[in-house]
Amino acid sequence: MTARITLEGIGKTFGAGETALRALDGVDLAVQPGEVVGIKGPSGSGKSTLLNIVACILEPTDGRLLIDGQTVWDGRYRVADLRRLRRERIGFIFQFHNLLPFLDATDNVALAMTLAGVDAAEARARARGLLDYLQIGRRAAAMPARLSGGEAQRVAIARALANRPSIILADEPTAALDSERARVVMDLLRQVAQDRQTAILVVTHDEKIFDRFDRMVALRDGRIEQDRRRAA
Amino acid sequence: MNLALADIRHRLGRFLMTCFGLSLLMAVALAMVGIYQGVVAEALALSRSLRADLWVVEQGTRGPFAESSRIPGDVRAIVARVPGVAEAGAITLRTAEAKAPQGILRMQVIGHEPGRPGGPSAIEAGRGLGGARFEMVVDARARLPLGATVELGGDRYRVVGLTRGLVASGGDPLAFVHLRDSQDLQFKLTPPAARRALAAGAGAGSTDTVNAVVARLHADADPDAVAETIRRWKHLAALTDAEQGEILTRSVVQRARVQLGMFTVVLLFVSAVIIALIIYTMTMDKLREIATLKLIGAPDRTIVGLVLQQALILGGAGYLTATAVVFASRGLFPRAVALGPAEIAMMAGVIGLICLFGSLVSIRAALAIEPQQALGG
Ligand SMILES: Nc1ncnc2c1ncn2[C@@H]1O[C@H](COP(=O)(O)OP(=O)(O)OP(=O)(O)O)[C@@H](O)[C@H]1O
Ligand SMILES: [Mg+2]
Repeated sequence: MTARITLEGIGKTFGAGETALRALDGVDLAVQPGEVVGIKGPSGSGKSTLLNIVACILEPTDGRLLIDGQTVWDGRYRVADLRRLRRERIGFIFQFHNLLPFLDATDNVALAMTLAGVDAAEARARARGLLDYLQIGRRAAAMPARLSGGEAQRVAIARALANRPSIILADEPTAALDSERARVVMDLLRQVAQDRQTAILVVTHDEKIFDRFDRMVALRDGRIEQDRRRAA
Repeated sequence: MNLALADIRHRLGRFLMTCFGLSLLMAVALAMVGIYQGVVAEALALSRSLRADLWVVEQGTRGPFAESSRIPGDVRAIVARVPGVAEAGAITLRTAEAKAPQGILRMQVIGHEPGRPGGPSAIEAGRGLGGARFEMVVDARARLPLGATVELGGDRYRVVGLTRGLVASGGDPLAFVHLRDSQDLQFKLTPPAARRALAAGAGAGSTDTVNAVVARLHADADPDAVAETIRRWKHLAALTDAEQGEILTRSVVQRARVQLGMFTVVLLFVSAVIIALIIYTMTMDKLREIATLKLIGAPDRTIVGLVLQQALILGGAGYLTATAVVFASRGLFPRAVALGPAEIAMMAGVIGLICLFGSLVSIRAALAIEPQQALGG
């Protein structure tokens, strides 16, 4: 089975010369379909940098990134190709939901589909289906400002799922939620990974959800310090 | 779904306030264009209304509007006999202050002979001058009712007819009186010393002096050729209507025109800067949203479309309001605000261009936003 995400010797240096900063160094990681992987580490250890590289918004200095077995950043990619890749293969979930404040829940989800070329009516219908799947269907017409933190985060998950991505990247998705809601959100992500064979990469500090991961990768000073699978 | 519209609807109150403010600015610019056009139109109103093909004036002058011109009254008969001339009429022109019921009224008094060229082409209310003395046809701008009495040079004139849109280049309403009356008036208003000299038969001669003779030509006559013929007479100059129009717009109202034109340009420049700033603020307010759009893979054209559409919606809504404001208030202006479809369309084009160029900076800024900015920390 092809890994959803493969990192081979990924390194990233910010700046050059005296002020050069090695944010990532020789990171090897493969995430399989259906896997939910947590990434933890102290501040400045390179978690966001790693996520940005997988998100195809930051080019690594060395190493190779493969998504669904295809090499990204091999020199032939253009900005537009990367955008298409993000549109079609990657779903994003943020610390603060980042829903567009001027679109209601349904349109926020549908937008991701229309950007990928789905026609508007169908996109809305499918968006409603997704909201139902995430048990937030009754809030389908609400504007983001009227949603609670947990509700907004579910809408954001629905948006991340909109184009049936191969991978979902989440940066501190539960930081703004209480432990009860944080667990609910994590369980939803686990369910999505199961149902859709999506690989999910979650950067988190949040100890109360550490037990929700199949696998926990610990970063320190830009290197993988520990990569532990949960005993099944 | 349209992102630009959805965002505007989301902050409708703020958008409407911005639009309203902008529309007032545009209304001033639009009114300025109208006033500019009004000055030109008013400068031409008199010569257009007289429907003259040819203006015969004193030699060496470009009268009777740009310079003063005095010719003997019998020139009319000479001009009327020139081949190609269908009819000719003598006119006098002078500004005077009249005592009207509502106070002192400044007007441009035109003397002409009823039935000959020199009178107004259209009467809005009442009738044209008849045979009786001391009748007056005055423009509605003077705000005199039919039947009103006006005192001019000691004589009391009765308003028998009204015209519309006939004002002198300075904006004073035109008042048409009988040539005879105007010549008397001319005499009465002349300084006493000169008057004594005139009465004694010295100097310029008789009181039968007019300022210009206007001629209408036969349809097949060539104005330039007829003008050439008349110029051969001593003491006379002849201007075609085209030349007169040129003098009126180029010379008589030149300064006013350039002044207004400059001011319009300044206003448009200020509008352009303000529109660009508003669009920039609107875009930067959406920094996070734009970063999110980029992160989830929106192509550049979605981002450009968002900024550009909002700019055009803002400009369009502002301009519509501005047009409504100007049309609703143009009666309040003391001088004509002449806005036709051409001016409205031209300004729409200018505003459109301003919006387009005003968005360029914002579009550049929006395209430079990094998708990382959506992720925060
Ligand atoms: N654009 C950048 N330019 C220069 N240095 C950067 C840049 N982005 C990150 N860094 C540096 O790279 C290192 C790793 O940063 P990163 O943001 O990946 O850490 P993190 O693990 O996400 O930390 P936190 O938990 O605080 O979010 C840090 O020392 C940071 O200062
Ligand atoms: Mg971080």
